[in-house]
Amino acid sequence: MKHLLSIADLGTDGIEEVLHLTDSFVEVSARPIPKVPALRGKTVVSLFYEDSTRTRLSFETAAKRLSADTMTFTVGSSSVNKGESLRDTVETLRAMGADAFVVRHGSAGVPWQVAAWSAGASVVNGGDGWHEHPTQALLDCYTVRRARAERGLDPALAGLRVAIVGDVKHSRVARSNVLAFAALGAEVTLVAPPTLLPPDLTGWPVEVSHDLDTTLAKCDVVYLLRMQLERQHEALVPSLREYTARYGLTSGRARLLADDALVLHPGPMNRGVEIAGDVATHPNAVITQQVANGVAVRMAVLFLLLGAGGDLGG
Amino acid sequence: MAERERRTAPPYGGVFVARKRVMDADALRRAITRIAHEILERNNGLEGVILVGLQTGGVPLARRLAQAFVEIEGAEVPVGSLDVALHRDDIGLRPVMPEAVTHIPVPLDGAIVVLVDDVLFTGRTIRAALDALTDYGRPRAVQLAVMVDRGHRELPIRPDYVGRNLPTRRDEMVDVHDEGVDLGEMVKGVRP
Amino acid sequence: MAEGRLVVRGGTLVDETGERTGDLLLGDEGTILAAGEDLDVPAGATVLDAGGCIVAPGLVDLHTHLRQPGNEEAETVETGCRAAALGGYTAVVAMPNTDPPIDCAAVVREVLDLGATAACEVAVAGAITKGRRGEQLAPLGEMADLGVRLFTDDGAGVQDNRLMRRALEYASALGVTLAQHCEDEALAAGGHMHEGEWSSRLGIPGVPSDAEELMVLRDIALARRTGGRVHFLHLSTAGAIEAVRAAKAAGLTVTAEAAPHHFTLSHALVASYDPLYKVNPPLRTDDDITAVKAGLADGTIDAIATDHAPHPPEAKEAPFDQAPPGMLGLETALALALTELDLPVRDVLGLLSWRPARIAGLHRHGGPLTEGAPANVCVIDPAATWTVDPAALASRSRNTPYAGRTLTGRVRHTVLHGEAVVVDGEAQR
Repeated sequence: MKHLLSIADLGTDGIEEVLHLTDSFVEVSARPIPKVPALRGKTVVSLFYEDSTRTRLSFETAAKRLSADTMTFTVGSSSVNKGESLRDTVETLRAMGADAFVVRHGSAGVPWQVAAWSAGASVVNGGDGWHEHPTQALLDCYTVRRARAERGLDPALAGLRVAIVGDVKHSRVARSNVLAFAALGAEVTLVAPPTLLPPDLTGWPVEVSHDLDTTLAKCDVVYLLRMQLERQHEALVPSLREYTARYGLTSGRARLLADDALVLHPGPMNRGVEIAGDVATHPNAVITQQVANGVAVRMAVLFLLLGAGGDLGG
Repeated sequence: MAERERRTAPPYGGVFVARKRVMDADALRRAITRIAHEILERNNGLEGVILVGLQTGGVPLARRLAQAFVEIEGAEVPVGSLDVALHRDDIGLRPVMPEAVTHIPVPLDGAIVVLVDDVLFTGRTIRAALDALTDYGRPRAVQLAVMVDRGHRELPIRPDYVGRNLPTRRDEMVDVHDEGVDLGEMVKGVRP
Repeated sequence: MAEGRLVVRGGTLVDETGERTGDLLLGDEGTILAAGEDLDVPAGATVLDAGGCIVAPGLVDLHTHLRQPGNEEAETVETGCRAAALGGYTAVVAMPNTDPPIDCAAVVREVLDLGATAACEVAVAGAITKGRRGEQLAPLGEMADLGVRLFTDDGAGVQDNRLMRRALEYASALGVTLAQHCEDEALAAGGHMHEGEWSSRLGIPGVPSDAEELMVLRDIALARRTGGRVHFLHLSTAGAIEAVRAAKAAGLTVTAEAAPHHFTLSHALVASYDPLYKVNPPLRTDDDITAVKAGLADGTIDAIATDHAPHPPEAKEAPFDQAPPGMLGLETALALALTELDLPVRDVLGLLSWRPARIAGLHRHGGPLTEGAPANVCVIDPAATWTVDPAALASRSRNTPYAGRTLTGRVRHTVLHGEAVVVDGEAQR
């Protein structure tokens, strides 16, 4: 594997491989000294054109636990047009010895462009526009598996009913998760008002519902998406209050969930909008486990890209 | 050699073809019993001893040693397993992939760690294992038990307990399994 | 007395009146002196070999962005016209979205002056509104007096319904045509590709087909009310083409064009995220491609226009949603039409030559190839196959989406006002 740009690049086998390998890195992370020398001498560059401290820190922690060196390049999106071009930036950082780029950008597709200019360095998509966020989907799948195993349930995702609720249209998390959950055999239902769904779902392995109550009662995993506050100004929902009333996981609505149903959220949460505060702290809400597993999943991805392959020709 | 390394070590794949059985099941059992006695003698008992099998070939041997202690002393010792892939010095030179999750059941500070592996060859796996152990704490001592020492060391590493010293050519392979130990070689171009 | 300067020998003459074998004798005053079989070559005249070729009236592009003044790093009148001549064009209509925009007589004169020595004739489209801002009418009369026959705010449509009505009313007295870039900005806002299956998958904000169709329907209604002439630029959706078909059936004097990329490329190509495939209107669905081809075949669409839109490489290396829209077209349009449209050659030439010449009011272009007619001619080898190489293009920019594509049909010679500006595929100016 050279790059991780889309969940589609991995396929079912690739996802399984990452999740299997993640177990080893969860163990590494639990050691008194949670660091292995696997990527000594490698340099991982965070190329972040969008503020996302959590994702950046998660990747950088992963790189450091693998003993890679890290460099950080962050640009506020407002200064993109004034500064040097993306290509010049990539070529400059490559010349400084970057072995991998973790790319976060507000525009869909930028990681593909970086991969074209990276001159042999690996590229990890750390989130591109509304398009994809593959490591988030991997950590979500891992979290579901592990949380189910810990509860004595069958950890396999095959046949699980997953509801992805909220602003799918503008969500890179939703796009990657649909691909990942479906690749592992889960049955995915998108729950949102039509204004927050992509305009054309041809080819998506999903069902669509506008009725959260009915869907909740029969799902094993409910995945809540972050509701951007500005959506009400774009006439996509009349108000956040109405959104919460119809699509929020309120305390009352959470009682419809099966006892062993898991609640996930990619963070940061808008408590009181898409998720009630007491639901977020419910034992079956595995939101902090998602964060913890994120580091291990990203270790697995970086190790697969930079360490595992070796030089087969040598 | 561990299954994983047989699959991926140079010459990258191929099939192990046994030429000669150098230890049979009885010899293997006797060697384990002897090593168990040597460990007991050397450490004046089992106080503070933990067996750590190296993934994957050393793990079943560590379990058999632990069973031998039960039979000889009636004592249980903790058994761990260690995957050294992430500590190897040839990452990037050949495909390296963790095979199993490391499991260290007790704190290592002050313990006597007996590393257990099936075959001692270049010593590089043991070097990686010593490195990995330090991330779990500071043992009082680390000792090394191997079923077969086949020579060809590339690092200054010496086993404390040996089942059998076996002179080999570099291109030969040693396979330790439940029924004994075979000497043979990897044959390329044969599908397993 | 005009002297024969050029003889185009041994081709098949194809123009609006029909097809026949024959030679052309072209005079130094820019007219065809004789057309017929086995013409004598006057002393001192050059012979252009047209063996196996189609000899046609020069092509006319209704929609060329020459980028001058203001964006000379992308294209100049000189380089754009050289590309046009190599593509078989003898006239192009320069779009007014320059910097400053062509919205007054002074800028019209500047562009016409730049075009005077170029490898093809440059006609100018003026802006409908001052600064192309869609707020206040530009001095259409002042520009019409300099020969401007098409007005457009291309790059944007005139959004204000009342302003568009006034513009059509005013223009009707000048006998000029308003060319509309049909895109309702409220619906299209923020979009960077066709809204549909691929935009949904790729996470790129989409432009719905309705943004084009609504403005086409509005302008048809306004044309009916005002009697003004409307030309629809680069139609890309099945719905818009159907609306124009109905308007023509109802007897309205509307005309329409389509660009080669809208009958050759689909929105699925955006999956590469390569801004080379970003264009406005965006690449659409296979059904839309079929509708554009049908519109070209049945006459609903009057002309193939390139929307030749050069951008320097660095502009197209931006993220997809930040890159400017547009593709090169002048050097590939003819070959794409010949290769991709299942139409008789004469119909293809009509779409590229005499029909756009009439829409633009360019009476010296578009044929016929008869004695006394202007000597604006292109010679096309219909069997020549070639592979598009961006580095070999004459345009100053390289943003063709057809790199590596093998096409059939290539211009061998182009004659502008009796002078050979392209000989054996080599530009002479």
